[in-house]
Amino acid sequence: MAKKKKTALVKSQECLGDNVFSMWIEVGDMAREARPGQFISVYSKDGARLLPRPISICQLNRDNGELRIVYRVAGGGTREFSEYEAGDKVEILGPLGNGFPQVSQEKTVLLIGGGIGIPPMLELAESLSCTKQIVLGYRDKVFMNKEFESYGEVYIATEDGSTGTKGNVLDAVREHGLTADVIMACGPMPMLRGLKSYAHDQGIECYLSLEEKMACGVGACLACVCGTKDVDSHSNVRNARICKDGPVFRAEEVDL
Amino acid sequence: MNTAVTIAGVELKNPVMTASGTFGSGQEYGEFVDLNLLGAVVTKGVSNVPWPGNPTPRIAETYGGMLNAIGLQNPGIDVFVKRDIPYLKQFDTKIIVNVCGKTAEDYVEVVERLGDEPVDLLEINISCPNVKEGGIAFGQNPKAVEAITREVKRHAKQPVIMKLSPNVTDITEMARAAQEGGADAVSLINTLTGMKIDVSKRTFALANKTGGLSGPAIKPVAVRMVYQTAQAVKLPIIGMGGIMTAEDALEFILAGAAAVSVGTANFHNPYATAEIVKGIQEYMAAHKMEDIRELIGAVQ
Repeated sequence: MAKKKKTALVKSQECLGDNVFSMWIEVGDMAREARPGQFISVYSKDGARLLPRPISICQLNRDNGELRIVYRVAGGGTREFSEYEAGDKVEILGPLGNGFPQVSQEKTVLLIGGGIGIPPMLELAESLSCTKQIVLGYRDKVFMNKEFESYGEVYIATEDGSTGTKGNVLDAVREHGLTADVIMACGPMPMLRGLKSYAHDQGIECYLSLEEKMACGVGACLACVCGTKDVDSHSNVRNARICKDGPVFRAEEVDL
Repeated sequence: MNTAVTIAGVELKNPVMTASGTFGSGQEYGEFVDLNLLGAVVTKGVSNVPWPGNPTPRIAETYGGMLNAIGLQNPGIDVFVKRDIPYLKQFDTKIIVNVCGKTAEDYVEVVERLGDEPVDLLEINISCPNVKEGGIAFGQNPKAVEAITREVKRHAKQPVIMKLSPNVTDITEMARAAQEGGADAVSLINTLTGMKIDVSKRTFALANKTGGLSGPAIKPVAVRMVYQTAQAVKLPIIGMGGIMTAEDALEFILAGAAAVSVGTANFHNPYATAEIVKGIQEYMAAHKMEDIRELIGAVQ
């Protein structure tokens, strides 16, 4: 699978509310090569912003060669992206990272997304043919939750209790007594820590997608490392590269 | 048209190399750039034993640049010799190994291990601002620069490039000290120590608090230091610091650099090194230059 940097065409841009934006871009072959859980690097047009922003792939349309990212405006770079309109060009590099593993059909899986960790779970939900339950956690305002409904039962947790369970995703899991053979999740670090510990206690196989500040995005600069239980074969120390060896790791392999 | 340059008796097919730490040992960027096109690949710093580096976050973007505090994470010389040198040997490019250490003995151990390896040049990192011991401790005092240079030279089989820190009052003093110690070349500049604060969280952007500033933001400082150093020493100079384009590379060459390293630009554009090689050739063609060596230090 060849990752490459290319100029892509913005097909549409939509605000999902609360500074969260959804952008479809025409990427050609990259849409056919990419897997759920992988990400792309998006480059600013402003030369003063040198580093690409790593953004997870939310959805793939392989037939049209299109890819969707859903991202939150967190600074000048993502604000610039949010102002792109259909017909604009955008520089991207991808697909990057390993992505989520496949799960065999007879297993049951809990897909858990928190905040801006929710988008990559959509393509994953679409790609998995096994039985899925979906848990989505938000601070307050919900987004994308309706899009998950065709893939399985959707449970929602909000910190302010405005929708679904009041609390975090684990509170929703416990409230509804959800169990599964496999947990796959993406979200903020406290959520991932909680899930790692929960999966360990329950003896559930668990895969977590991690995030860290990145520079190169391709495994060269060693900025985005994560502590690992064992000595990593590439680094020869207990550090794995999130951009290249991840972003998805077996929960027990990483120190969070 | 001749684009070849010679550094300490080693001929590079062109003056474009990679800056240590930005290019791994070439594998990752080898997916984007044909390494055969480059004058040399300069590896990430390697030490006698594996180093885990600093806590994250290790990088932060700044206006026209970036701060890094990786902390010289590396797998150690054993893995490096077994895995990275054979990888680079597949390509028709020169191999320059960047060496780091905490003590003079550490440097010597790595340099001796590399003695019988197919390595063309050694670059001794005495200027990393992100590790407390070693690194910059050797690079900010002319006596220490001279002593470590002499010690490394006593054990090195390959020619030695001393990589200098810009975090000094007068970089030419350090260059002279390296020359006095027997260095075959100097490379400059390493990153400038900087800091970024996240005002919304009221925390340091880097776990290490300080980091090394690189990218186009530092280029004028680097060009100035290369020019000053070229006036002060006879050694060949490898110039670096914010080179993004062929024009940037040519500035360094005109200021007195015999070769240039491309670093942060790789993160912005993974094809940067190859594009700079091509851009230099185009410049020479457009200006009817026969030999790139005519450009070295040719600023008027």
